[in-house]
Amino acid sequence: MKHDSHGYWKATLALLTQVLIIWFLVSFGAGILFADWLNNIKIGGYPLGFWFAQQGSIYIFIALIFYYAKKMGDIDRRFDVHED
Amino acid sequence: MDLQTTIYLVVGASFALYIGIAIWSRAGTTSEFYVAGSGVNPVLNGMATAADWMSAASFISMAGLISNMGYGGGLFLMGWTGGYVLLAMLLAPYLRKFGKFTVPQFIGDRFYSKSASTVAVLCLLIASLTYIIGQMTGVGVAFSRFLGVSADVGIYVGMGIVFAYAVFGGMKGITYTQVAQYVVLIFAYTIPAIFISLQLTGNPIPQLGLGSDLVGHDMSLLAKLDQVVTDLGFGKYTTSLPGSTLNMFVYTMSLMIGTAGLPHVIMRFFTVPKVKDARSSAGWALVFIAILYTTAPAVAAMAKVNLIRTVVPGVVLKDADPYAAGSTLSYETRPDWMKRWEKTGLLKFEDKNGDGRIQYYNDKTKNADVQKKAADAGWKGNELSVNADIIVLANPEIALLPNWVIALVAAGGLAAALSTAAGLLMAISAAVSHDLIKGVFKPDISERGELLAGKLSMAIAIVVAGWLGLNPPGFAAGTVALAFGIAASSLFPAIMMGIFSKKMNKEGAMAGMLSGLAVTLFYVFAHKGIFFIKGTEYLDLIGGANSFFGITPEAFGAIGALVNFGVAFLVDRMTPEPPEHIQHMVESVRIPRGAKLVDGAHA
Repeated sequence: MKHDSHGYWKATLALLTQVLIIWFLVSFGAGILFADWLNNIKIGGYPLGFWFAQQGSIYIFIALIFYYAKKMGDIDRRFDVHED
Repeated sequence: MDLQTTIYLVVGASFALYIGIAIWSRAGTTSEFYVAGSGVNPVLNGMATAADWMSAASFISMAGLISNMGYGGGLFLMGWTGGYVLLAMLLAPYLRKFGKFTVPQFIGDRFYSKSASTVAVLCLLIASLTYIIGQMTGVGVAFSRFLGVSADVGIYVGMGIVFAYAVFGGMKGITYTQVAQYVVLIFAYTIPAIFISLQLTGNPIPQLGLGSDLVGHDMSLLAKLDQVVTDLGFGKYTTSLPGSTLNMFVYTMSLMIGTAGLPHVIMRFFTVPKVKDARSSAGWALVFIAILYTTAPAVAAMAKVNLIRTVVPGVVLKDADPYAAGSTLSYETRPDWMKRWEKTGLLKFEDKNGDGRIQYYNDKTKNADVQKKAADAGWKGNELSVNADIIVLANPEIALLPNWVIALVAAGGLAAALSTAAGLLMAISAAVSHDLIKGVFKPDISERGELLAGKLSMAIAIVVAGWLGLNPPGFAAGTVALAFGIAASSLFPAIMMGIFSKKMNKEGAMAGMLSGLAVTLFYVFAHKGIFFIKGTEYLDLIGGANSFFGITPEAFGAIGALVNFGVAFLVDRMTPEPPEHIQHMVESVRIPRGAKLVDGAHA
């Protein structure tokens, strides 16, 4: 069977880019570069920048992996390259 | 029952449990050993991976470092979890599709060259050995407290036990033993945190407690901590950042890509049943890792609060003035835990002003107000030094928790340190005996010869690591961070280019790995000594400590990785394309269909 391997790879890379942007924004963005600025906002007793660096980014990482795994499964089926 | 007996009992019981499970589910053959986990539910597999991953650095050392660093300690938290996102998306599914056991095998096949595989073995050995030095530091701390001996004796005992543990073999590969280790480890970490969170904030969930108000106050715990530490001349906890923002940025990056490049982690994803599972199992592993990693910041901040409360009773909850006469703890009435840790040499008191009381503050502060208050109170310098690596183990003692909790933490620390140290030793032994001797130098070696070579390399690795661990290049987590930097600068770029670039050839990959490794080691050794041997540092040559834009050696891996990518692309341009069949192989690695069971043979 001939697959559209070019299209499949393009879709994969698009998903990767999308996830990596969020990955970068929550850790390097909110946790480091903009932490000082975000610290002006409080959630509970947490300054927000501190929260992203020590709590929030970790939760979002988990969500990102499961989101990626699900979307990737959809792409596999769309291009008919999934495992049996 | 006294504390020491309880510790022996709980530690003994946990070991009996691991050994019992190991015997009950013993892997029979080599291949059974390697694919252990393939028939296992992905959730349990994630737990086992988490146990494998969380070492002395995560369990014993990390929260102590965060406690000292404050906000900046977040680099460990983000770095050691964010790497899983990269691992899940960029490497794991493709390496699983490729279907080999080890990283050098992948590098060797993808770059159609035994030399490339040898270079990968070299990188792997240096990274793993550095990692074990950090583990041995942690093992030394755990055993010294556990047996009431000095940290050096602790390392000697630890070396013996880690060796026996690794040679006992199969242990590490048996998923259910690791599940048991995870359970012990996570209870040991979270139970004291729950107790302490309740004591300080009334909220039993440490992750929420850290963001709650201090008991009996209208002020959040973190705000109070900020105020107390600034009073004592330390940096404000929620913003303090040792080093620059740039350093935190590259440090975090270095740990993230190092996570995705460390061979003993990647290996776990080679053996899951399907490509689909390789994607989600990284997620499950991260769920179980996150339970510890989101608790760690609470442990760190609360340990700091409790340490200060111990030394200056009344300062946190009763808003006392630490500089008032008689407010600091008298050495004679110090709590028992201090006496116990003094024996290990990791906690020291030096009565600089001869008043018989313990003063704990930052005597190097630039805050004139603090300096004046300290001088007025007759303080002549900080008198208490607490090794960062003891914070987690001492934490339940500092909070005066029941003996069984203290014992449980000891058992957890030993489980974390031993399982990862043993796992790394096995990665080293596989790299030397399988990838190097059998794969490159002596393909006709007998199975017995291969086994012997593996055991020998383990023995050598542990003696070297133990010896270097006596004078470690830093705290356990700092040393482990160096190992991540080495993996980040050498292996990660090569694996990634092997998957995402069809045209990358063997010359480019090898030049990249070698230059990334060389530049990173050059910078690290300048600070820490050649091969971490004290006295061989050459800081003058690079123009002083952290001379490259203020970047610390632990953070340099990300720069090494950039060099690796850059050199690889340049060399790739100047040398011939990889052969047609390799380009086809890369294409087939990219799609999940047709994934076969893993086989260990060299192509």
